[in-house]
Amino acid sequence: MDIAVFLVQCLNAVQYGLLLFLVASGLTLIFGILGVINLAHGSFYMIGAYLAYALAPWAAAHLGAGFFGALAIGLVLSIVFGYVLEWAFVSYLYQREHLQQVLMTYGLILVFEELRSIIVGDDVHGVAPPAWLSGSVALGGVMSYPVYRLFMSGVCIAIALALYAVLTRTRVGMAIRAGATNREMVQSLGVDIRLLYRIVFAAGVALAVFAGMIAAPVSSVYPGMGNQVLIVSFVVVVIGGIGSIRGALLASLLVGFVDTFGKVFIPQIAGILVYLLMALILLWRPEGLFRTS
Amino acid sequence: MIFHRAMLVRAVLAAALCTGAGGVAAQGKIKVGFMLPYTGTYAALGTAIENGFRLYVQEQGGKLGGRELEYFKVDDESEPSKAVDNINKLIKRDNVDVVVGTVHSGVVMAMAKVAKDTNTLLIVPNAGAGAVTGPMCAPNIFRSSFSNWQPGYAMGKVAGERGAKKVATITWKYAAGDESVEGFKEGLKASGGDVVKELTLPFPNVEFQALLTEIAATKPDAVYAFFAGGGAVKFVKDYAAAGLNKTIPLYGPGFLTDGTLEAQGAAAQGMLTTLHYADGLDVPKDKAFRADYNKAYKTTPDVYAVQGYDAAQMLGAGLAAVNGDVGKRTQLVAAIETAHIDSPRGAFTLSKAHNPVQDIYLRKVVGTENRYEGVAVKALADPAKGCGM
Amino acid sequence: MHGRGGPRIWPLAAALIALAVFPQIGGSFYIDLALTTVILSIFALSLELLVGRTGLVSFGHAAFFGIAAYATALLSPAASAASLAWLVPAVLLITALAAAAIGALCLRTRGVYFIMVTLAFAQMTYFVFHDMKFAGGSDGRYLYVKPVLAVGGVTLLDLGRPLTLYYAALGCLIVVYVLLALLGRSRFGHALAGIRANEQRMRAVGFSTYPYKLAAFTLAGGLAGIAGFLLAVKDGFVTPEILAWHQSGAVLLMLILGGIGTLRGAVLGAFVFVLMKEFFQSEALFGAFARHWQLPLGLAIIACVALMPNGVVALPTQLRRMRAPLPHAG
Repeated sequence: MDIAVFLVQCLNAVQYGLLLFLVASGLTLIFGILGVINLAHGSFYMIGAYLAYALAPWAAAHLGAGFFGALAIGLVLSIVFGYVLEWAFVSYLYQREHLQQVLMTYGLILVFEELRSIIVGDDVHGVAPPAWLSGSVALGGVMSYPVYRLFMSGVCIAIALALYAVLTRTRVGMAIRAGATNREMVQSLGVDIRLLYRIVFAAGVALAVFAGMIAAPVSSVYPGMGNQVLIVSFVVVVIGGIGSIRGALLASLLVGFVDTFGKVFIPQIAGILVYLLMALILLWRPEGLFRTS
Repeated sequence: MIFHRAMLVRAVLAAALCTGAGGVAAQGKIKVGFMLPYTGTYAALGTAIENGFRLYVQEQGGKLGGRELEYFKVDDESEPSKAVDNINKLIKRDNVDVVVGTVHSGVVMAMAKVAKDTNTLLIVPNAGAGAVTGPMCAPNIFRSSFSNWQPGYAMGKVAGERGAKKVATITWKYAAGDESVEGFKEGLKASGGDVVKELTLPFPNVEFQALLTEIAATKPDAVYAFFAGGGAVKFVKDYAAAGLNKTIPLYGPGFLTDGTLEAQGAAAQGMLTTLHYADGLDVPKDKAFRADYNKAYKTTPDVYAVQGYDAAQMLGAGLAAVNGDVGKRTQLVAAIETAHIDSPRGAFTLSKAHNPVQDIYLRKVVGTENRYEGVAVKALADPAKGCGM
Repeated sequence: MHGRGGPRIWPLAAALIALAVFPQIGGSFYIDLALTTVILSIFALSLELLVGRTGLVSFGHAAFFGIAAYATALLSPAASAASLAWLVPAVLLITALAAAAIGALCLRTRGVYFIMVTLAFAQMTYFVFHDMKFAGGSDGRYLYVKPVLAVGGVTLLDLGRPLTLYYAALGCLIVVYVLLALLGRSRFGHALAGIRANEQRMRAVGFSTYPYKLAAFTLAGGLAGIAGFLLAVKDGFVTPEILAWHQSGAVLLMLILGGIGTLRGAVLGAFVFVLMKEFFQSEALFGAFARHWQLPLGLAIIACVALMPNGVVALPTQLRRMRAPLPHAG
């Protein structure tokens, strides 16, 4: 493999990893701070993609900006949806054992998939990115790299920085970080823990939905798309350490590289590599790379 | 074994009772069991197949072989692990006379075994797994669609004829992908080319970027890809976004562009694919079929609807020859084997292994259509390796 | 506390008699359904040892179910019937070894990480069968001729015959149930219960818990292997989806539906699960909406786990408590 091809593969790995980070960051927040194993997280990703498909024509007609209009509306809708879902359903999961959370959120996956089938149908759809992002950039004569993928990576980095800023520089962020390590203490300090949880859950949902929306132009929109993302996101969260955003970022990039180069060099066991990575890391550091507790 | 004897006895008794009047008396309905994906990735295909089947029956006045039909449905969820239980629901619980299914090759493998073991009539309206008309072939198993090898072989011949000497292939690592690439290799060799790189990724993974970079580094004359559904949409779009479609033509079997053109948009324009069906065929039966299908279901039919339609035709041909008496299995089978099916795809017959012997067309993507360009290979029969019939 | 041991035997005995007599009256489809449920009951019982008795929630138990099924298919010759005399011990040995190896690694983690790492190993095993050529890949593999037990030319047990297979499976269910019941009363069983109650305390008094957990994990895997063997023989066909995480989730669901912590809960949960699916998929009851069966199933799962967290076996107690909520004095 020559240097140009190697660098392009690195770019592929980083881009895949960053998208994974977007989904995994929401999951690690929900898992780490709320203590809830939420198997329906992949469904939020799927909902995001279908939202991008469904809202784009409406936004184009009424707001003049098809893709970005859909993004904005979708973001607002997802925050509201996350808020309501937490209030109506998730808040009952906090007291329960992990096993019950796993199974109840598994039931939720079935419900979302079937509702999607009833409302939007089962066909495969595409979402067009905005025209100014549709081109390609020539990369050293090897091939062109789609501008939209560069845009996606840029957005993911921006969100990572924004998350970091919120968690370390704002009061809400401090309360969230404190809540992750010691729930009772935070409550006794007068912070409304229920409101905090609701905000965190809504944020987690919004991140996953947003990831689905911006991924829609490159991954297309089809039934079952949430399933593939779900398991890999859990692997990322566990490798990185439950509750750690830093860990999720590092782990996503790690998974991105292992998956990309694995496919190129040893395709027969490429599927196993990510899980092998998780098993090895857990055996070395049983609570992930950056444990929060 | 015990069950089969009981069914035969029942059928013979029923036939004896009914033919006593010397004509087509009021017999019971023929039970048709659909085992199709009604949920999941292939749900749209399952619906199209059933629609096509029912359309043919409707055109025959609701009767095949002079008898009305009763339908039973089982959702196979495209899940091979539940396939045996699901087909047993139709065979043992609902006691169907014929099973029609399915889309997914893994599911059909299990179905073929159960059908062979219980001697149940099975018509496969899509899954192209070679095993069904290969090692698992049986007198009671028919296919109205294609084998994975057929469109692949045709595309290989076309690619070679268009000057491709070094070709890279890419597909999912499963039987359908392997068989399609095998067919392509044979066709390509037959017209002077060679496959220099075979790339695979695990099914149903759709992260293609790394392998697209590999393709670019290999610099082949052409690329042959086999994907279906969401994977097909993503691959064609990724291929175009990587700029590869400007210098390296992308070939594939029709599944790369069937039912996916709305989603693929500009990325697929001008692509050449091979399949036993196309848009704009100069076949009178097709024009009539499309008009009727549109009227009945308010949508344009695709190759899956045609395959469902032809499954009904094949069953009808068999039933007509035995006057609706499903007990006369040998005659029924013989009638289907020798039938000339007047299909919207063009007329076809069945090979000894019960796979369609049909023209494979070359199509070009124009707008949201796979427009007919010509015949890639005429009357192509699957080699049916391993079939003892 | 009276009548705890006695009356509990009667429902069990009645269920057993019903299962034994069932094939004489049911049609061949219902025999198949009952057989599937018996196999799933064995699978659920094996996991009950881990989850209910030892408190180890494994999200990867389908791995052993699948390894045994594949071993059965791969070891059986293509043209003749394998002999049960060597096939069954071979399959169980392979499965137990795999369980020991995987358990040795997984048990180094705890709590939610244990759940995740068992999932990871199950996924790895899934991809081994899914991606590698030797196992037939994602489309699965046939078991061409079903095994028999023959002594000196006389066939004693032909598992190719549906009724024989049914009674053999029922026999296995009884053996596994009795084995686990006896185990529960043994020293080993009490040690496991202690680990579930408070592992730290056990370790504090100098009790080495790791070998016990590993033994439980290996045994649970081996017992799941019996279920996997029966599945391969029943279907004549194995596919990697047997090892999918959905299958691991389904067996956990069976346990919680029936009631974690009791053996009859595991068996009951398997029956409830199968019947629920059949119910929602029934066209006779739901008509055209039956194609969307996953919706009511998902809602039912949520409702069952939310309202009956202790499972169906605890339902009588739960209802009694609801009817008389006030504590009695004295």
